[in-house]
Amino acid sequence: MNLDTLIFIISAVVAVFGGTMMIAQRNPVLSVMYLILSLVAQAVLYVQLGALFLGAILIIVYSGAILVLFLFVIMLLNLRGTEDLGHGSQPISRFTKFVLSILFVFELIAVVKTGFIRSESPIGMMTTVAEDFGSVKAVATLLFTKYVYPFELAGILLLAAIVGAVVMTRDSQRGDSLRIGSAPDSQAPDIEQETGGEQ
Amino acid sequence: MDITSATIDLSIIYPELALLVASFVIFVMPFFRGPTRFAPFIAFAGLLAAAIFAAGQWGSQQSGFFGMVSCDNFGVAFKHIFILTSAIALFMGYRYLVVKGINRPEYYGLLLIATVGMMVMANSTDLVVIFLGLEVMSVPLYIMAGMARRSLESNEAGIKYFIMGAFASAFLLMGIAFVFGAAGTTDLRRIVADFNFIMSNAQPFMLTGVGLLVVGFGFKIAAVPFHSWVPDVYQGAPTPVTAFFSVGPKAAGFAALLRVFAFGFADVTIMVTVFQMLAILTMTVGNIFALRQNNVKRLLAYSSIAHAGYVLVAVVAGGSEGLAAAVFYLVAYALFNLGGFAVVVLMETRSGCKSDFSELAGLARVHPYLSAILALFMFALAGFPPTVGFFGKFYIFAAAVKAGYIPLAVVGVMNSFLSVYYYLRVVKTSYFDETDKEFAPVKYTPAVVLVLTVTVIGTLGLGLFPQQLVEFSRAALFAFL
Repeated sequence: MNLDTLIFIISAVVAVFGGTMMIAQRNPVLSVMYLILSLVAQAVLYVQLGALFLGAILIIVYSGAILVLFLFVIMLLNLRGTEDLGHGSQPISRFTKFVLSILFVFELIAVVKTGFIRSESPIGMMTTVAEDFGSVKAVATLLFTKYVYPFELAGILLLAAIVGAVVMTRDSQRGDSLRIGSAPDSQAPDIEQETGGEQ
Repeated sequence: MDITSATIDLSIIYPELALLVASFVIFVMPFFRGPTRFAPFIAFAGLLAAAIFAAGQWGSQQSGFFGMVSCDNFGVAFKHIFILTSAIALFMGYRYLVVKGINRPEYYGLLLIATVGMMVMANSTDLVVIFLGLEVMSVPLYIMAGMARRSLESNEAGIKYFIMGAFASAFLLMGIAFVFGAAGTTDLRRIVADFNFIMSNAQPFMLTGVGLLVVGFGFKIAAVPFHSWVPDVYQGAPTPVTAFFSVGPKAAGFAALLRVFAFGFADVTIMVTVFQMLAILTMTVGNIFALRQNNVKRLLAYSSIAHAGYVLVAVVAGGSEGLAAAVFYLVAYALFNLGGFAVVVLMETRSGCKSDFSELAGLARVHPYLSAILALFMFALAGFPPTVGFFGKFYIFAAAVKAGYIPLAVVGVMNSFLSVYYYLRVVKTSYFDETDKEFAPVKYTPAVVLVLTVTVIGTLGLGLFPQQLVEFSRAALFAFL
């Protein structure tokens, strides 16, 4: 057993453990913490496959940003730790869950046995890919050459979303709406006041 | 791969850039205590610059940004439709927003960004870019629908549109993922080149993907059965925004749909049947539900569904005739539908007006010109000569008959007859219905009068001399198929 396989087994076990604990927890905050654990372990798997950039992104974006957002939302919703999240589901829904899980297990077995993984090297070993596959340089080259147009469009999309969030949350009646005819100075919103007013 | 000026040629996206610059100026202005009341003028300057740049692109056949942008006559023609729609929505909003207390510079900035999204959608043959364009178009629209935060109906419209739109986007994205899985590329030109190979290897995935794409686009063009959001959103959103909704995203959706299905997946034969069913359902359901409406905005909502059905007939007919008829009809529909909404905007700038039918009574006595204009637009929507609406429908049904879809054309003509009832009901109410309430006079504003002038001249002028528009729509298809 070489080091590669050992690292793979450890991080795979941690990832599965995190995923299992995530759905087993009653407390949503703990659930999110376990999901973060699972994602960090998955990042190790990515790094092992040579996709350094994807591994870093997984930690920075998912664990760092999105799940922290989850935590914020859960805290804002003020869910108690004892909140009942497991019981009271309809029999039909329980049945569907069961059937889907079984189907998924079979699918997983089928994929592992026959499907996509056909390389000679055992699971968990680095397979032969291009030299710079998944590296920052490879991703950046694609992002700033072939996909530069969609990339910039995504930026515009985010800008529109941010402006929209401000428009929808800020009350237009509180003096910052534009009134035709009044002096320009009196209409300009105060930036400090704005950011302060949102809390 | 070296980045050279040859591979990233900005001149191909000058119209989009002009609009973006204008919208950035509008967004940033409040932070520097700039005069935000100039926002509409900056937006109009941006639209004007975009129109000039777009006119300069007419006749050129280029592709840039590593094949992500394809600038041809088809895209440029749609750019002009979007700019016209956007400008009219801008003029309509100018007074309306002040009266309703929702006048914020962001309205104009978001309007421009939505227009950029539409242009991106119409000017690409890459599914990734089409999807991003659709999102850039949709996100500002969700916000604009819910912009009147104090109005419950507007909130409902915003939320409903957002949830349904996000749902439809997910379908579209899933469809793109399936197509990518089957073809290994999202570039429609490469899919066309390798079509037979892809179909022989991965037909189920390809067909699943194409089916999901229909759902995604069907939502944007408001085809039945993906139309359930339309009436509430159209009624609740501020009227200038509704006017924009009823033309802009629909035309953009059709542009992308034609790019994908008339160019990309033209050889998927089952799609003809699917679009035939969609066309019949959309026309019939839209018209039948419109019969029972008692609110002008809701009526125009269902009528816009029915009109999407007529354009779908042209899409089914296909070929250069059918597609030219589709472009012709979209231009014509933009003119008279926006004109109809301009009258509603004028009516609604009076306090407390919700555009119910009963509030139209007495319009002809107080405002003979306005009610005549309203009647003209209703006749155009119903497809009477000598308006451009007649020729639009004529070309569509002629193309359908010529392509051999005679039952479809018959259903379309019967639907047109059905629609006459509810359009004429609007005319009848404004001319003949008696009311004991005093009709509060409408206050004309220069901006809306300009809109009415343009749309009336367009509706009548192109109705009397349709040859110009026919040539325009034929030229739009140059090198498209």
